Amino acid sequence: MSGRVVVTGLGVVAPNGNGIEEYARALRDGASGIRHCQKLKELKFACTVGGIPEGIDEIAADYFEEDELLAMNSGHRYGCIAAVDAWTDAGFERPSRDDDRVYWEAGAIVGTGIGGMDTTGEKVVPFVDAGRVRRLGSTMVEQIMASGVSARVAGLLSLGNQVTSNSSACSTGLEAVIEGYHRIAAGRAERMLCGGTEGSSHYIWAGFDSMRVLCRTHNDEPDRASRPLSASAGGFVPASGAGILHLESLESANARGARIYAEVLAGAINCGGHRSGGSMTAPNAEGVQRCIRKAIEDAGIDPEEIDAINGHLTATRADPSEVASWAHALERTPETFPAMSSTKSMIGHGLGAAGGLEAVACILMLEREFVHPSTNCEDLHPEIEAYADSIPHVVREMPDLDTMIKASFGFGDVNSCAIFRKRID
Amino acid sequence: MTREEIFEKVMEIVKPYVKNQEALDGVDDDTNILQDLKVNSARLVDIILNFEDAFDIEVEDEDADSVNTVGDAVGLIQDKIS
Repeated sequence: MSGRVVVTGLGVVAPNGNGIEEYARALRDGASGIRHCQKLKELKFACTVGGIPEGIDEIAADYFEEDELLAMNSGHRYGCIAAVDAWTDAGFERPSRDDDRVYWEAGAIVGTGIGGMDTTGEKVVPFVDAGRVRRLGSTMVEQIMASGVSARVAGLLSLGNQVTSNSSACSTGLEAVIEGYHRIAAGRAERMLCGGTEGSSHYIWAGFDSMRVLCRTHNDEPDRASRPLSASAGGFVPASGAGILHLESLESANARGARIYAEVLAGAINCGGHRSGGSMTAPNAEGVQRCIRKAIEDAGIDPEEIDAINGHLTATRADPSEVASWAHALERTPETFPAMSSTKSMIGHGLGAAGGLEAVACILMLEREFVHPSTNCEDLHPEIEAYADSIPHVVREMPDLDTMIKASFGFGDVNSCAIFRKRID
Repeated sequence: MTREEIFEKVMEIVKPYVKNQEALDGVDDDTNILQDLKVNSARLVDIILNFEDAFDIEVEDEDADSVNTVGDAVGLIQDKIS
């Protein structure tokens, strides 16, 4: 067994497109999924724009049984649609509910950063406070337990290997991919559905708004509100959705003649320890750089082999230091810096889903040989201006795009970094 | 409300939870909700809550525990609304 792991399926539910075709087109076009959110306005949020996937009720009614839908909040719907799509994209049929076959070799790590706050806020808290506990019914626990979404995925797809939900704030989705990669590389599973999901709820977003980390300057221009890398970036735009990768051992993929999108060359995870400028809410730059370098080292490649970066790049004050960390860790100067993109410029910050949504974007870019634009940064931040040539404002076709590095960072000073390569030697 | 009308409404409420759709064809009073219709036992709680809303009644836990068949449910509801 080689321990090599490849991506053989993708599923995505994003504010600017559902399914890989819509999503790839939107990324290529620089199409924004950020829209005005009336609910946020009514509730006096400072930020009144957000990224919410559209058309989900119709897809969900088509994908799930009536009784399943009664127990699935928004995060579950996004995560399960993306997981089912990744499974079928990998060439597997959806199992029938009557079929007792279990796929013991296949599992899922589908994480969430916050979890079922819509269920908590709309059902549990008001019902309990009103003394109506018995009216809550049977579906509360499975919608608020942290592992609820991965548990639902397991039932839909008859999974028999490890089924769990990780949580590491905005690093969650990419951490899930890396954990699944390690599990397959260690020979403990043949296939893993990995990524993140986050629901759409003002209850999820409220705490970020009161921290003043959400964008409050572009409420009248939603598609221009998410401004990573920009001098006028004033905070991130809250978003939701799900991105799932179907990871598989190279042997399994070859044995069944599966279509292979890319190989996962390496994945590193660490924490900055809340030291040297790191804190609950800010990254220790040394931690970030160590994480990136560890991924390069584990991949056994030269940093020069990196063709493109998909950053965390949220549109907060951390963007300039993130870019500096990339340059330092990859030993690049502004002149030799690779192409760099921020998917959040179009879809906002999907929190626990972000790493999954953006990993799917990376795989699509590798497969289709382009780097998507980073929108809304025509006015680059002064500390990033030197890197201007590396930041496309319109799609950049890259026929020789082969190796891509992706990082996600999260509250708690946690970091994750993965390297994907298109060429399978 | 006639017994037939109650029966029909009960089945309307139970239907979304039924895993064995074929068993729906021959449903009668003796049809066991869990065993024959393969309803997940945890969901009985939700079905009872839906009965309460649909028929404007209150079903105590002991009453709920006595519901095994469709006929049990119809009988219980008939008692409550009369």
